[in-house]
Amino acid sequence: MNIAWIIVLPLLGVIAPLLANPTRRNQVAWITAVLPFAALLITLYHAPAILAGEVVQQTWYWIPQIGLTLSFRMDGLALLFTLLILGIGLLIILYARYYLSSKDPMGRFYSYLILFMAAMLGIVNSGNLLQMWAFWELTSISSFLLIGFWSSTGKARKGARMALTITGAGGLALLAGILLIGKVVGSLELEAVLNSGRLLVEHQWYPVILALVLIGAFTKSAQFPFHFWLPHAMSAPTPVSAYLHSATMVKAGIFLLARMFPVLSGHDAWFVTVSLVGLATLLLGAYTALFKHDLKGLLAYSTISHLGLITLLLGMGTELAAVAALFHIVNHAVFKASLFMGVGIIDHETGTRDMRQINGLFKYMPHTAVLCIVAALSMAGVPLLNGFLSKEMFFAETLEQSAIGALSWLIPLLATIAGALSVAYSLRFIHDVFFNGEPKGLKKTPHEPPRYMRIPVEVLVALCILVGIFPALLVGDLLKSAGVAVLGGTLPYIPLYIWHGFNLPLLMSALALAGGIGIYARRKVLFQFQSHFKEVDANERFDAWLYQVITFIRRIEALIDKRSLQYYLAWLSVALLILLAAPLLNLSLVGDNVVITPLTAEVWAGTALIAIAALATVVNNRRRLFAALLISIVGLGVSLAFARFSAPDLALTQISVEVITTILLLLALFFLPQTTPKESKPGRLLRDIGLAGIFGGIMATLTYAMLTRPIETISDYFLANSKTGGGGTNVVNVILVDFRGFDTFGEITVLGIAALGIYKLTAGMRLFLPATNEDGLPWSRDKYPLILKQVSQSILPLALLISAYIFLRGHNLPGGGFIAGLITAIAIVQQYIGHGNDWIQKRFYANYVGFIAAGLSIALLTGLGSWLWQKPFLTSWFDYFTWPVFGKFELASAMLFDLGVYLTVVGAAMLILAKLGQLTVVEPYSEKED
Amino acid sequence: MMQHLPILPILLPMIGAIITMLPWLVNKIQLTRWVSILTLLCNIAIITLLAWQPDTIIYQVGNWDAPFGISLVADNLASYMLLVTGLLAIPAMLYSFSGIDRQGSFFHPLFLFQIMGINGAFLTGDLFNLFVFFEVLLIASYALLIHAGGKAKTQAAIHYVVLNLVGSSCFLIGLGLIYASSGTLNMADLAIKVSVIKGDQAILLQAGALMLFLVFALKAAALPLHFWLPNTYAAASAPVAALFAIMTKVGLYAIWRVFVGIFGDQAGELANFIAPWVWPVAVLTMLVAIIGTLAAYSLRRLAGQLIIGSVAALLFAIALNNPQATAAGLYYLAHSTFAGAALFLIADMVSQQRGKADDRFVPSRPVHNARILGGVFFVVAIALIGMPPLAGFIGKFAIMQAATTTSQMLWLYPLMLIASLATLIAFSRAGSVIFWKHSNAKADEDAQVAWPQLTAVALLITLNLFMVIWAGTIFEPLSQMANQMHQVGMGG
Repeated sequence: MNIAWIIVLPLLGVIAPLLANPTRRNQVAWITAVLPFAALLITLYHAPAILAGEVVQQTWYWIPQIGLTLSFRMDGLALLFTLLILGIGLLIILYARYYLSSKDPMGRFYSYLILFMAAMLGIVNSGNLLQMWAFWELTSISSFLLIGFWSSTGKARKGARMALTITGAGGLALLAGILLIGKVVGSLELEAVLNSGRLLVEHQWYPVILALVLIGAFTKSAQFPFHFWLPHAMSAPTPVSAYLHSATMVKAGIFLLARMFPVLSGHDAWFVTVSLVGLATLLLGAYTALFKHDLKGLLAYSTISHLGLITLLLGMGTELAAVAALFHIVNHAVFKASLFMGVGIIDHETGTRDMRQINGLFKYMPHTAVLCIVAALSMAGVPLLNGFLSKEMFFAETLEQSAIGALSWLIPLLATIAGALSVAYSLRFIHDVFFNGEPKGLKKTPHEPPRYMRIPVEVLVALCILVGIFPALLVGDLLKSAGVAVLGGTLPYIPLYIWHGFNLPLLMSALALAGGIGIYARRKVLFQFQSHFKEVDANERFDAWLYQVITFIRRIEALIDKRSLQYYLAWLSVALLILLAAPLLNLSLVGDNVVITPLTAEVWAGTALIAIAALATVVNNRRRLFAALLISIVGLGVSLAFARFSAPDLALTQISVEVITTILLLLALFFLPQTTPKESKPGRLLRDIGLAGIFGGIMATLTYAMLTRPIETISDYFLANSKTGGGGTNVVNVILVDFRGFDTFGEITVLGIAALGIYKLTAGMRLFLPATNEDGLPWSRDKYPLILKQVSQSILPLALLISAYIFLRGHNLPGGGFIAGLITAIAIVQQYIGHGNDWIQKRFYANYVGFIAAGLSIALLTGLGSWLWQKPFLTSWFDYFTWPVFGKFELASAMLFDLGVYLTVVGAAMLILAKLGQLTVVEPYSEKED
Repeated sequence: MMQHLPILPILLPMIGAIITMLPWLVNKIQLTRWVSILTLLCNIAIITLLAWQPDTIIYQVGNWDAPFGISLVADNLASYMLLVTGLLAIPAMLYSFSGIDRQGSFFHPLFLFQIMGINGAFLTGDLFNLFVFFEVLLIASYALLIHAGGKAKTQAAIHYVVLNLVGSSCFLIGLGLIYASSGTLNMADLAIKVSVIKGDQAILLQAGALMLFLVFALKAAALPLHFWLPNTYAAASAPVAALFAIMTKVGLYAIWRVFVGIFGDQAGELANFIAPWVWPVAVLTMLVAIIGTLAAYSLRRLAGQLIIGSVAALLFAIALNNPQATAAGLYYLAHSTFAGAALFLIADMVSQQRGKADDRFVPSRPVHNARILGGVFFVVAIALIGMPPLAGFIGKFAIMQAATTTSQMLWLYPLMLIASLATLIAFSRAGSVIFWKHSNAKADEDAQVAWPQLTAVALLITLNLFMVIWAGTIFEPLSQMANQMHQVGMGG
């Protein structure tokens, strides 16, 4: 069987519990357990080979471009963890079946749990660092769901968030570390990394890599100073705590340390950092645990402390210490899982976890009590139990190390103190809960839990005893093969005996035991002392701190983003100025070799007119109607300039656009106040004048520089080919409808869309017609003066004729569909002005949207027509014909295209104008009063 | 027909748009929807066919030779962008079938015109034509933005329209400068001419190109031109915001095309002249995105800030200026588009069920479809944070891995990772308030997620998963594409 199944089966198992009938709780539990159990069998199937020293590996290509393979690899270390994860996991599944109440959504719970299990299995069995990281993050995500499972309580929510934030942050640091490792080693494959020898340690990036990896490991394993999230993860349902904080989640960090041990240890930085952090955590956890009244709180800090112990062992750097670490990983997992489950039973049966209330439970639940007591004694390190053995090895190793030089003697001393504290809190757990008088204020009378709920605890406690008595037989091989994985080829002799004779470690154990009993006996004094310190709730504090950070950031954000258009535009101008500054500094204003046209009086006058009108528009910008008139002078001036510099097409276009937009502007202004309120303060005015001035200056400079240089463009081609290739002598028109007809095609689409958009904007709009003008004078009663009516009506045929003329001659002389369309639109608008909307609608029904659709369709179909001749879109065709009377004339596909342009322009212009004009129909002035 | 393949992604959506704007379809909503969705499906089919072609196809519109006529250049990069857009459009359109498409006129034609504009911008090989298609996509987006009406939309639209009008003017001026100094606007032609341009002409050309950079950066929402984005996207109705997820990428694509393709390694005096600008812009954009992510007070604003973040990541990919970074960026581009769009859709569904609380991070009545919405929210959040197993982590990792020098790593890694952390914090706060923390009010039993909405989100998530599972297969052509871009420049 492929080892990939060990991960894949549980992953598939995520869905299994959701498929089961949620009301049949046994069924749900069974279905959940099947796939992990199968995974366990596969593991056992591979176990002999791995114990014999083989490494089982399976790799598939996934994303070779970034060095990510789908790679599973099981060696001794992975095997040890896999057995823990699956073994304890299965027991937890059984336990949770009885722990969860019928109100809890069991299927979902199991689903999250199995997801977590699969993620853990993925971490330990990954053969690729990036893949391992992926599973690493998956444990953070799934533990978030598990910790926040009882999401209705604030504690659970905050606890889950904090755990995710801390471990997530650590995970990101780890990712950076892995990236750097990948860069140094040149591969992300675990095999390659592990075989890289001292490459990493000797690399200049080593300190950075080490720091990043350690941050990842320490956050996950709740090492000081990141330990504070763990106790608050206790708001999870107890089976989750039992799983996450004994065998899995927190052990992932330890696993990482062990995994990277061969390539990252072997440097003083490793020894000092890892061992000191471990030591600090060990002491801090053990000390704090003593004062916790909450049973799970006690276990949580005890977990922190034991993790510190393992970290310290890994930091010592001796080979035996590493093996001891592995041994303690197993032992801690076994006794801590059983303790958590025991606490869960107590919680379940008494309704509380407060040791000040729970006393004397031995009488009520002797069976459970015995189990808990044995496990707690193992935690304390009492002989004949597994905890004792690894602790002895630990004590022995503290005597051997020299990581902190002359101060190294402190370590065994502190270790013994930590041992004593651990005895003390274990004792407190045993004595307070099971003896110490009678329970106080319990809501129900405690009794033994259901039979099957105890089984998982029994199994684990049995292991505590058996391993405690027959260590070499039960875990000897496992430790050996895991040790080989961590240490490389050579392995020291592992002294797995209960009795090592009278030696220093035994003395330390004895001291710790005696000291622990002493501390517990005098605990009142300690409690008194501790009560001087205010207890801080890391949960609340973290949340409050994060809230402060976010509030601060919101303030910054408000400072950066002022939510003002003027402000945004100012930034845009500044950005442009900064971008253009560098090139402009290197540019000489006037180029050479260009004869500059002399200025004539009329050019001077025209330019002055445009400039003055533009300036006047700015000055009068708050008087809207007047400003609109002034700006139209600019437009007219530009049209004249076009005409003066031989661009009659542009002049024609400009002037018709000018007329249409002015009408449009006046229509819009009609509904708006006549003046704009004064908004800018002097300071801002100055800023804006400055910006606008510089902006204008730059544009003028660029234009001038551009115009005073010789120009070699592809324009000559257009001049040469206009008649022969495009069939027209008006090059501008041929460019518009032929050479670059596709641009025009796009632009008429823009026009059509714009019309639709304006229609859409004003569709539901209701505007009220003011009854008087600004000065309170009523409007003229004669809305449609007779002369205006007559004149506009008689102009219509003329205007249409002109527009037809302009349209037809467009290919050879100034004109074309666009201009013709605008002229037609103006002529029709004139009718609206002269007669009003109602009058027109009775006589002339036109769906302008249809116009646009027709125009675009004609242009499109003209373009598509060329496909019939196997030519690209919009390929033009023209030919000359002779008709009697008319003489020779030209027919060109471009004219059809121009017709499309014409129709779209008419449709778009009319849709906008008519729509705006129609708004006035809603004019009941009196309604404004209501 | 096959020879016309490159122009079809432009013409087809236009045909759909013209049909759906026809007056006799006005009140036939079902028929309109069928036309729209069929158009988009055909669009995908054509794009797939186009992407299948191994070689670059150049299509000379009007049968005029380059550089005189307009070229459409359907190379792998363009096909890829078309594909991403086409795939995004379908769920976005589908989502509107829940009734949003009836909340204002001309939704369908405008949506399809928008696709036309975006496709055109990807395909064109001519700078002026690029301007035209920018106009098409912009004007359609102006109109779509105000779809369904309301004060917030109108206000956002005014900001958006005015800024982009200024942008369009700059675009034109820039084009004028480029034409005056190089004599051409055809990208391939310009790429050749640019290598020999010297002296003052080169400076003018550079000035013109810089103005284009400004316009593209505005479109891409890079700092300090990003301000319009959060408000605009937060105001837009859900399917529109989802579609807009690709819009910033149009700007980035244009930067790639012009500043890697034309002003890349082989551009003589002007080779890579934009490089000193992109890196600081990326850094600042990322910083602002991080601030914005943490400061966001509603899901839609958060989604907007994350889009800015993804823009920053892509700017980094551009700034790294090597094939690996480009391939990584292109992968990340698709992921961030799909995931960002999904978040906008989810925000809309969530806000429908929360009464006045809308999508803001305040406790309110429980979300009625909490299970399903919470589930998709969770998945999309993981994708956007860049956590495994979704595509975000692959994309981010690949971009980071493409950093080669120590100083690049020193800037890139912390910023990328802090951005991820900020996103994680923002999402864990958002999710736990919206889905876990309730006021005492009862859930709104009438509020029910509609099937088009769910299908749309499911499609986007499926795309994301697809990108993970076949990541290796996707990376292969992307790497080839990137190698080509960096060796020979682009544009044909």
